[in-house]
Amino acid sequence: MLNIVRWKATLILVTAFVTMLLAAPNIMPQSWVDRLPSALRTHMTLGLDLQGGVHLMVQVDADAVRRERLESLREDIRRILRDARVQILSATFQGNSVVVRLREGQNAELANTELRKIPQPLGGVFSTSGQFDFEVTRQGDIFTVTATDPGLRERISRAVTQSIEVIRRRIDQLGTTEPVIQRQGIDRILVQVPGEKDPERVKGIIGTTAKLEFRLVDQSMRVEEALAGRAPADSVVMYEEVKEGGRVVQQIPYLVQRRVIVSGDELVDAQAAFSAQSAEWIVNFRFNSSGGRKFAQVTQENVNRPFAIILDGKVVSAPVIREPILGGSGQISGRFTAESSANLALLLRAGALPAPLTVVEERTVGASLGADSVAAGTRAAIIGSIFVIIFMFATYGLFGLFANIAVMVNVTMMFGLLSLVGATLTLPGIAGVVLTVGMAVDSNVLIFERIREEARMGRSVIAAIDTGFTKAMGTIMDANVTQFLAAAILFYLGTGPVKGFALTLGLGIITTMFTAITFTRFIVVLWLRWFKPARIPM
Amino acid sequence: MRLLRLVPDDTKFGFLRIRPIAFAISMVVTLATIAGFLLLGLHVGIDFKGGTLVELQAKQGAANMQQLRARLGTVNVGEVQLQEFGGPSLVLVRYGEQPGGDPGQQAALKRVREVVDADYEVRRTEVVGPTVSSELVQMSVVGLILSILAVLIYLWFRFEWQFALGAMVATIHDITVIVFFYVVTQSDFDITSIASLLTIVGYSLNNTVVIYDRIREMLRKHKKMPIDELLDEAINSTLARTTITHMTTFLALLGLFFFGGEVIRGFTASMLVGVLICTYSSLLIAPSILIYFGLKTGGFGAAAPAPAAASTKVKA
Repeated sequence: MLNIVRWKATLILVTAFVTMLLAAPNIMPQSWVDRLPSALRTHMTLGLDLQGGVHLMVQVDADAVRRERLESLREDIRRILRDARVQILSATFQGNSVVVRLREGQNAELANTELRKIPQPLGGVFSTSGQFDFEVTRQGDIFTVTATDPGLRERISRAVTQSIEVIRRRIDQLGTTEPVIQRQGIDRILVQVPGEKDPERVKGIIGTTAKLEFRLVDQSMRVEEALAGRAPADSVVMYEEVKEGGRVVQQIPYLVQRRVIVSGDELVDAQAAFSAQSAEWIVNFRFNSSGGRKFAQVTQENVNRPFAIILDGKVVSAPVIREPILGGSGQISGRFTAESSANLALLLRAGALPAPLTVVEERTVGASLGADSVAAGTRAAIIGSIFVIIFMFATYGLFGLFANIAVMVNVTMMFGLLSLVGATLTLPGIAGVVLTVGMAVDSNVLIFERIREEARMGRSVIAAIDTGFTKAMGTIMDANVTQFLAAAILFYLGTGPVKGFALTLGLGIITTMFTAITFTRFIVVLWLRWFKPARIPM
Repeated sequence: MRLLRLVPDDTKFGFLRIRPIAFAISMVVTLATIAGFLLLGLHVGIDFKGGTLVELQAKQGAANMQQLRARLGTVNVGEVQLQEFGGPSLVLVRYGEQPGGDPGQQAALKRVREVVDADYEVRRTEVVGPTVSSELVQMSVVGLILSILAVLIYLWFRFEWQFALGAMVATIHDITVIVFFYVVTQSDFDITSIASLLTIVGYSLNNTVVIYDRIREMLRKHKKMPIDELLDEAINSTLARTTITHMTTFLALLGLFFFGGEVIRGFTASMLVGVLICTYSSLLIAPSILIYFGLKTGGFGAAAPAPAAASTKVKA
C-alpha cells in the first residue's frame, strides 16, 4: 500500500537524521567537534594511503623462541639434578629435545622422578586437554626431555601476545596518534603508525629486542685463553662493539658467566641523563625490590670485580664494582650519545621483546602522496556524482531528482555508519563508495523501470507506482544479497585495503536497501499526496 | 521537458538468435586467455611474487631516468624497472625479491633509499617479503572460489539449479575476460586487482540476478511460451534498466579513472572493462546458457496457482 503510517515516516526520518548526525563530525572544524558530547564525536580515520604513515607486518622469530625454550629447559634440568645431587655427564640438544646422560653410578631412579616433574599440563593445572608442554623418555641412564609441538605453539602464541604489549608501550612513547597494533594469524603482528614519515625509526624501535642482562665477568682465565682454547662450561665469550659513525670499528671480547644476576624484567624505570662527573651520557635505572635485593647481594660479594651489562647479546660496558649497590638503582654508561641513551631508556622502560621480530612486509606512504590521493579521490567522487546526478535527472526527470536525493541520503548514511564503527577510509574504500552509488542508482532504476512498464500497461498512477515498488523489491533483494555475500567474504578474508573496500561496500548495501525501499518510496508518496498528479512524469 | 531515452520502450531484439555468435566469441576469448596466460603469463605485481616498489618524486624538475637507472645500478638489487607514473617528476621503481630472506629485503631498500635521497623524495614504499606473498596468493584464490560458491548456494535456494549454474558460468566467463585484459595489457596483477576482480564478480552477479529474476517471473506467468521467445522477452523488458544502470556506473567509474589519481587507475581501468563485460554476458551469455542446461517453460514454479497449467503439463 502507498499509505505510509505516521510512525513509519517518523522512523525513516529519524534514522536518516541520526546517521547524518553521525557523519557530521567528519566535515566539522575540529573546534566544533571538541564541543560535542563524546558519543557524538564519531568519525572515520583516514587510511595510511590517504594520510601517510608506516605500515609494517612483523613476524615473531619462532625458531628463536624454540631455541630459547630449549636453552632454559637445559638450565632447568641442570638445576633440578644439581639440587637432587645427581651428576650429569652431558646435556645436549637434539632437535626439539635435550638429551641428558648421567655419570656412571648415579641414582637414575631419583633422576627419573625429578625429571618427570618437569612436564606441565598445557593451559594450566585445571586444563583437560591432556596435553603437556614437555615429554620425558628414558633409556637406562639416558633421559630425553622433548618440547612438544602444542607446547611450542603455545609458547610462540604467548610470545606474540607479549610482543604486542611491548610494541604498544614502545610506540606509545613515540607519541603518535592512533597507532594500530594487531595480531595477524599465528605469529605476525601488524603495526600501523599514521603520520610517521620515517619507517627506519619505527623499525629501529620495534626491531630491538632490548633484552638487558647483568652478569659477572669470569676472571678464572683470560679472555684470550678462552678464545684460543675452551671456555669454562658455565661461561661464554661476548663482545662489545665500538662504533664510529654507525660503523663497527672494533670488537672487544669479554668472558662472562652464563648465569644472569638480574635481567631487564626487574627494572621499574630507566631515564637518560647526562653525567657531569664523567661528561658523558648515561642511563639511570631502578630495580624492583627483588631485583634490587639480588643486585645488592651480588655486588656486596664481588666488590672490585667487573660485571658486564649486556643488551641483546652484546656487552654495553663492563664496569668494576667499586662499592655494593644497595639502593636498587644504578646507571649504565658506555659510549652513548644523547639520542642513543634516550632510545635505550625508552626500550628499557617498555620492556624486552620475548623474541626477535623480522619485518616481512613494509608499506609506507609519504604525507604528500596521501594528501594528493585525498584530493584526487574527492575530486573524482564529486565529478562522478555530478555525472550520475545529471544522467539520472535527464533520464527520469522529477523521479530522477527523487532518486538523486535518495542516493545522497544514502551516501551520507553510509558515512554515518562508517563513522559509527570507526572505520578506516582508504582509497579502495572510496571505490567502494562509488560502487555503492552505482548499486543505489540501480535500485532506483529497477523501481522506475517497473513503474514505467506498469504505466504503459495502462494502470492508474497510484497502481503503477505501487506495483512498480512491489515488483522491484524482490529483484533488489536478490541483487543486493548476492553483492552482500561477496562483500562479506571479502571482508572476512581480506586484509588492509581490501577489507576497507569490503566494509564500505557491505555497509553501503545495507543503507541502499534502506533508502531504496523506504526513502525513495517516502518521497514519492509525499509527492503523490501533495500534488495528486494525473500522470507519471517519466 | 523531454526525457532522455537510451532505449525505446518496446524493443524486440533477438538476443537468443545471435547466441551462437556470442558463444563463439566468448569461446575464442577464453581460449585466447588460456593461450596468453601460458605464453605471456600474467604480469604479477610484488604483492604476489614478493619484491619492492618505491615511488619517487624528483625534488626539482623532471626525473632523470637515465641518471636514476645508473645510480640504482650501483646498489646491486638485480634488474630494476623504472616507470613514469602520472607525471614527469614521478617515478615508480620496482625490483624483485632479494636474497637473504626478509632481512635481505630491508637491507636492499636501505641501499636504494641512500642513493636516491639527495634528489628524490620517497613518496611510497612497499616491500612484500617471500613469506607474505605466497599467502596472499592462496588467500585470494580461496576468497574468489568461496565467494562464487556462496552465491551459487544462495541462487540454488532462491531459484533453480539451472540458474545457479548459469550464473556461475557467466561469472567465470567474466573473470576470464578480465584476466584476458590483464594478460593483454600486461598491467600489474596485485592485491588491488583481486579487489577489482571480486567487485566485478559481485557486479556481474547483480546483473545476472536481475535478468534471471525477470525470467523466473515470466516462467511463472507464461507456461506455454517457447523458451527462447520467453528469454528474449525477459532480456528486452529489462533492457532499459540494464543500459541505464551500466551507463551510470560507467560514468561514475570514468570519473574515478580520469580524476581519481594514479594509485587507483589500474583498479578503475579493470572495473571499466568489467562493467562492459558484465553487460555483454548478462545479455548474451547468462540467459541463453539456461537453454543448454535444459530449462523449459511450463515446468517451473511448483506453487503455480493455475490448475489448468498443471493439466496441460500432464497431457504434454
